[in-house]
Amino acid sequence: MRTAARIANNGKGNGKMRRSLRFHGATLVAVLLVMTALPVRAEERLRMSTTTSTENSGLLSVLLPLFEKECGCKVDVIAVGTGKALKLGEAGDVDVVFVHARKLEDKFVANGFGVNRRDVMYNDFVLVGPPGDPAGVGKTQSATEAFRAISAKGSPFISRGDESGTHRKEKEIWASAGIAPKGAWYVEAGQGMGEVLTMATQKRGYALSDRGTYIAFRKKTDLVVLRQGDANLWNPYGIIAVNPAKFPHAKYGLAMKLIAFVTGPEGQALISGYKVGGEQLFFVSGEGKKN
Amino acid sequence: MDFLVSSFAAALHLIGSFSPDVVDAARTSLAVSAGATVFAALFGVPVGLAVGLSGSRWKGFAVTALNTLMAVPTVVVGLFVYGFLSRQGPLGALGLLFTPTAIVIGGTLLASPIVANYTLASVRGADPRILPTALTLGAGRFRAVVTLVGEIRFGVFAAVIAGFGRVVAEVGVAMMLGGNIRGYTRTMTTAIALETSKGEFSFGMALGIVLMTVALIVNLFLSLLQRR
Repeated sequence: MRTAARIANNGKGNGKMRRSLRFHGATLVAVLLVMTALPVRAEERLRMSTTTSTENSGLLSVLLPLFEKECGCKVDVIAVGTGKALKLGEAGDVDVVFVHARKLEDKFVANGFGVNRRDVMYNDFVLVGPPGDPAGVGKTQSATEAFRAISAKGSPFISRGDESGTHRKEKEIWASAGIAPKGAWYVEAGQGMGEVLTMATQKRGYALSDRGTYIAFRKKTDLVVLRQGDANLWNPYGIIAVNPAKFPHAKYGLAMKLIAFVTGPEGQALISGYKVGGEQLFFVSGEGKKN
Repeated sequence: MDFLVSSFAAALHLIGSFSPDVVDAARTSLAVSAGATVFAALFGVPVGLAVGLSGSRWKGFAVTALNTLMAVPTVVVGLFVYGFLSRQGPLGALGLLFTPTAIVIGGTLLASPIVANYTLASVRGADPRILPTALTLGAGRFRAVVTLVGEIRFGVFAAVIAGFGRVVAEVGVAMMLGGNIRGYTRTMTTAIALETSKGEFSFGMALGIVLMTVALIVNLFLSLLQRR
């Protein structure tokens, strides 16, 4: 009956009361913490979905701050694969998309989801593989032949497998080689470019990568470029405003300001001036392609 | 070994240098987790009490449902809330997707079943004589339940802390609903996922050590609060 005694005691004193006050105190502290940490930001926010390569290469952290200062706004970057980035635009969940898959971009515009598509920059895809090059990819004359050689040898090939721009390109090349890749050697990672390069390094396999991510990764991998410079390895990036006629809430004015900035002289100069380890990652139109 | 040593060195450096990215991520993590924990406590504790004290024949079903909800993967919760918050969903007009509020909503759904379940367990573990005794001593039904909560307060506290742990440690909801926006919805866990995807393993590991330190401080603070 100790419990009963305690309850009786508590009836007299007000220990319970104090204790519940303390509980309220903890709640109050938590609420205050939330309120101070999530300030209502007065500035306008522009939402941009983009491919992982623009963000992971570090380009956007050089490009966007200047624009944000000029327009007095914030750009919220959602970095996902090109396929998903376009899907976010189709749902009206973003205001502008910055991606690399020309055919999908044209379809996006044709279906009325986007307007004012502009070329921003380009780089190229490279076929990378282990230094020993077991499939002899270095001796082939085209990317298509290189893919055939990998499949014939059954060397591990790590595919993005995520409907990203790079994955689309890879599927195009398999199709042009007349091969439907299947089997234990064909690894569908379902992850970003960085993870795929890491996986290819660990599994001593081949992978198709955009040059930017590969350069950014070069210190962390022993993979080497084995095939590059083919016309079908060209990788142009485009920016598209989400159609305000379809999504009235989309911040079209701000989106157009961003488009004007990245395609204008200031943005273009920042893009071609951006270097990692002394190497230029992205090129703007009019610049010679380096291979 | 190199990897772990360099991670630890990087972590110390990060903590020492107060890098704004890390401070932002830690602040966002704490804020959304605290918010979600408060709401989860507001939903979860009453539900746990109600189920625990109920004599209904549906009780067994309710317990099973709570147990199942605890096992729901974070990405499923994320996907579910995403469906509501996307511009094409029923709540799309609010424009909440990719905001910290969205993470709080997802985190609340994630933590509530845990809080409810732990509360339920401590109700079951409590001395069965508490309620009848309080009632005999003249307490009303509500007053009697308040007395019970007072008796099992350590269990309820543990429930709330477990809820906080689940939210602060998860990555699925924060990534899907927050979008990992730098300086806005980037939490410690999504930052770790990003650094790992960039191949910056030591930096990711360092952030992990920072996260554990933050969790340690929060728990020390809470246990201090509990002891007083």
